[in-house]
Amino acid sequence: MYETIAFYLFSALTIGLFLITVMSKNVLYAMTSLAAGMVLISGFFFILGADFLGVVQLIVYVGAVMALYSFAMMFFDATKDIKEKNTNPALIFVLGGLSALALVLMFAAPIYNKSIQALYPMHKGVGNAQDVGIVLFTKYLVPFEVAAVMLLVAMIAGIILAGKKMDQSLTKDTSVDDDEILTQKDAK
Amino acid sequence: MEIVTFTEVETFVQHIPEVTAAGVIIKAIIILAVISAIAGFGTYIERKVLAFMQRRLGPMHVGPYGLLQLVADGVKLFTKEDIVPQNANSLVFKIAPSITAATAFIALAAVPVFPDFTIPHWVPLLGGVFVPSIAADLNIGILFVLGMMAAGLYGPLLAGMAQANKWGIIGAARTAIQFLSYEVVTGLSILAPIMLVGSLSFVDFNAAQAGGISHWLIWQQPVAFVLFLIAGFAETNRTPFDLLEHEAEVVSGYATEYSGMRWGMFFIGEYANMITISIIAAVVFLGGYSEAGIGWLTIILKVGFFFFLMLWVRASWPHIRPDQLMWLCWKVLMPIAVINVVITGIVMMV
Repeated sequence: MYETIAFYLFSALTIGLFLITVMSKNVLYAMTSLAAGMVLISGFFFILGADFLGVVQLIVYVGAVMALYSFAMMFFDATKDIKEKNTNPALIFVLGGLSALALVLMFAAPIYNKSIQALYPMHKGVGNAQDVGIVLFTKYLVPFEVAAVMLLVAMIAGIILAGKKMDQSLTKDTSVDDDEILTQKDAK
Repeated sequence: MEIVTFTEVETFVQHIPEVTAAGVIIKAIIILAVISAIAGFGTYIERKVLAFMQRRLGPMHVGPYGLLQLVADGVKLFTKEDIVPQNANSLVFKIAPSITAATAFIALAAVPVFPDFTIPHWVPLLGGVFVPSIAADLNIGILFVLGMMAAGLYGPLLAGMAQANKWGIIGAARTAIQFLSYEVVTGLSILAPIMLVGSLSFVDFNAAQAGGISHWLIWQQPVAFVLFLIAGFAETNRTPFDLLEHEAEVVSGYATEYSGMRWGMFFIGEYANMITISIIAAVVFLGGYSEAGIGWLTIILKVGFFFFLMLWVRASWPHIRPDQLMWLCWKVLMPIAVINVVITGIVMMV
């Protein structure tokens, strides 16, 4: 019974929070509700007994991805509303609704058909992490390694793009001396 | 593929009384009450320790040896005017401190705090209820605690962004940089002991080091221990890494505009996080509560030592610059942590 209550509570809260994310014109509200929704999604994993995935959801999405989003938000004035440019709201509504419907049908069809079954069911008495690890490093080893290589490539690309002047320290920059900065400030 | 047999698990389960919802709720209340009290008392201890290290007396006027200073501070925090700046986003501004406090206490749910006990039968209503040592005994406890501490960065971050103050924004930016970077070091440094024990559960860590001081993981993983401590200091915002609210540079960073109890909640959250990091360090590296009979005493002593170490370091070392912080994380600590993990793996394979 607790699980049912928790499920409906989490569902309602998640949908509500993600609605705020989409609807709100305030950057800060959108970001906060998205992060809170991510936390609640990890709650679904915990209800299903997938503790490991729940914690991974917390660490990856809440701890890392959302924090990077919010770091990008630093460049905006987070306390002001944003003017959105919606050139064709009707089209957006139809396309968004259709893709949502397609997703719901895709995931609901196997459940409705009752032909869904776990290919790698959890073992009693064995930790979640072990179960995931065994499947990941036997059957899905190649996709796992390919994903790792792709992430490595992305990381190197990011470093090359961002690191053009990395060997110069801004703190030790002596090309401009203090007097010059002061005279520029005075001129302003 | 070796998996623990079911009979082993069953015999292990039989010795522990059933954990009921009432027991967990009582445990949660105990954690909240005791850790809040310790967090409050920690401020007094911090002042006293710092004072003695700097040849001062510290708080002396309120009560004997200034012991009631804590009460005076509490009254002051509760009765202070709660100011919300005019241009601030007031909803997020008000929520932010409770995120810090809540994540700090939720992290403690998966950590063994105090030994388990059964409430004696003569107690009305609750007699005979078994109170577990861990409120939520997840078999991935360490990951959960690290994840919750990662979520804790939203407290300072949202606080800084919501308050329409430049010092706050700088504090928030420093929060994101510092916490994100040092999470990597925490995770990688604790990975090596996890590989040795082969489990993510605090109970298994405790059991793996049950054979006395020579079985402590610190002797096998000294590098990981030092790395974890350094990263732990950074994640709990302690000197020399307290750049988020560095008074000399950014007034009070993310907490600039806060007053009264909202500011106090940041403080309680920070102290609860200090206790969490101390407990993790004690259980993972220093044998936890595994000593038979006096386990409850040794874990308190170990946690107390780490708490004292944080104050000691604060009295001894100056702050570092933000660029030094990043240099230390990405060019020194992270490579050492990765090398440590690789060497541990090679040693385990051979």
